[in-house]
Amino acid sequence: MKLKSNIATSETGFIFNPSTGDSFSANAVGMEIISLLKKNKPLNEIKKHILDKYNVDEAVFEKDYDDYIAQLQFYNLIDTM
Amino acid sequence: MKKDKVIKNKSDKIREVTVALTGLNAIDSPGPGVAVIRCLKEMPDFRFRIIGLSYEALEPGIYMNDIVDKTYQIPYPSAGTESLFNRIKYINEKENLGLIIPNFDAELYNFIKLVPKFEALGIKTFFPAMEQFEKRDKINLFDFCKKNGFLCPRDKTIVKIDELKIPAGKFGFPLVIKGKYYEAAVAHSYDAAQKAFLKISSKWGLPIIVQEFIKGTEINLAAIGDGNGNTIGAVPVRKLYITDKGKSWAGITLEDKSLIELAEKFIAVTKWRGGFELEIMRTPEGKPYIMEINPRFPAWIYLSSAAGQNHPAALVRMAFGEKVKPYKNYRVGKIFIRYSWDLVTDVEKFQKISAFGEI
Repeated sequence: MKLKSNIATSETGFIFNPSTGDSFSANAVGMEIISLLKKNKPLNEIKKHILDKYNVDEAVFEKDYDDYIAQLQFYNLIDTM
Repeated sequence: MKKDKVIKNKSDKIREVTVALTGLNAIDSPGPGVAVIRCLKEMPDFRFRIIGLSYEALEPGIYMNDIVDKTYQIPYPSAGTESLFNRIKYINEKENLGLIIPNFDAELYNFIKLVPKFEALGIKTFFPAMEQFEKRDKINLFDFCKKNGFLCPRDKTIVKIDELKIPAGKFGFPLVIKGKYYEAAVAHSYDAAQKAFLKISSKWGLPIIVQEFIKGTEINLAAIGDGNGNTIGAVPVRKLYITDKGKSWAGITLEDKSLIELAEKFIAVTKWRGGFELEIMRTPEGKPYIMEINPRFPAWIYLSSAAGQNHPAALVRMAFGEKVKPYKNYRVGKIFIRYSWDLVTDVEKFQKISAFGEI
């Protein structure tokens, strides 16, 4: 799973899909995950990164991560492999 | 031998041309004239004297002194070609016109008919031939699309209100009720369809086109063809803000190869000459339905120039016989946001255009 190659992002959390003209804003953690997806990091690495950095329960992270990915898929921002 | 109306100045670099344009009504449903002029003014090797051609005394472009140098009123399209030609002939005698760019659908029929006469006066044009113009007419759109493999909503042309029953039964609701030239309404019930029929037919006449409703994202595409089947430029835009008249009030350029290919296919099939706009509805499955084909530049055409493709500039060059290299790129993510501005002028100017038909 990776972010579509033409998706533009900024450090401030702005996400722009040039194919549809849609734009979104993500919070800091959302942007961190986006930047890892951009680097084609697998889920286990993303999970490790977030769990190491933030005080969050693994089960809670996984649920929130799945929700987030579902949203990115719904808005046509990621390629599913 | 015809006199060449492109005058090269002493430095031999800047060419001076007098160009006449319509579409100066920069109102809530704006004409493209002012935007086209803005594009022309960005051509570094041309200097234009801009002659506005207006239909009504309150078209804002008439009073924009930094945009339009002089304006002449012209007769409404219903007055016919002879009346239009006599007026253009008079204007040409005073202004020595080099080029005419009509910007309204409803007037194009008369302008196309007059091309040979304009040429005889030495006035260049660059718009579609009658055959191309009629093929993409709302009334013929479905057949044109079917024949050439484009997706298009099913439609039914009607002249009586009772005939609404046919498309209502065939397509179901909602339905899109469209005027021959302008205006459309989405009707969710038979009552609403009847109201829309009466409202639009009283304003724009008959027939009325009843179209199947297609749900999706509204995309517009401005493009220009060279008349030989080649695409000179194409820029797709997603409408970001839509007025209650269905007009774009803000839009953003998109990156989408399939939309560019759609424009290229349309130009190849029709050998389109000049600028045009495709109105597209992209379904959630990504299928592009052609809703309308407007045979002139859209009112947002300045965005194409800002994004790197100056279509009106390409039109001018082709009209004067230059070989134009097709645009290959444009900047994605360029946004236009339309705004209104209160232009203040004096009643004397209004009187002048009203009484004398020129200012």
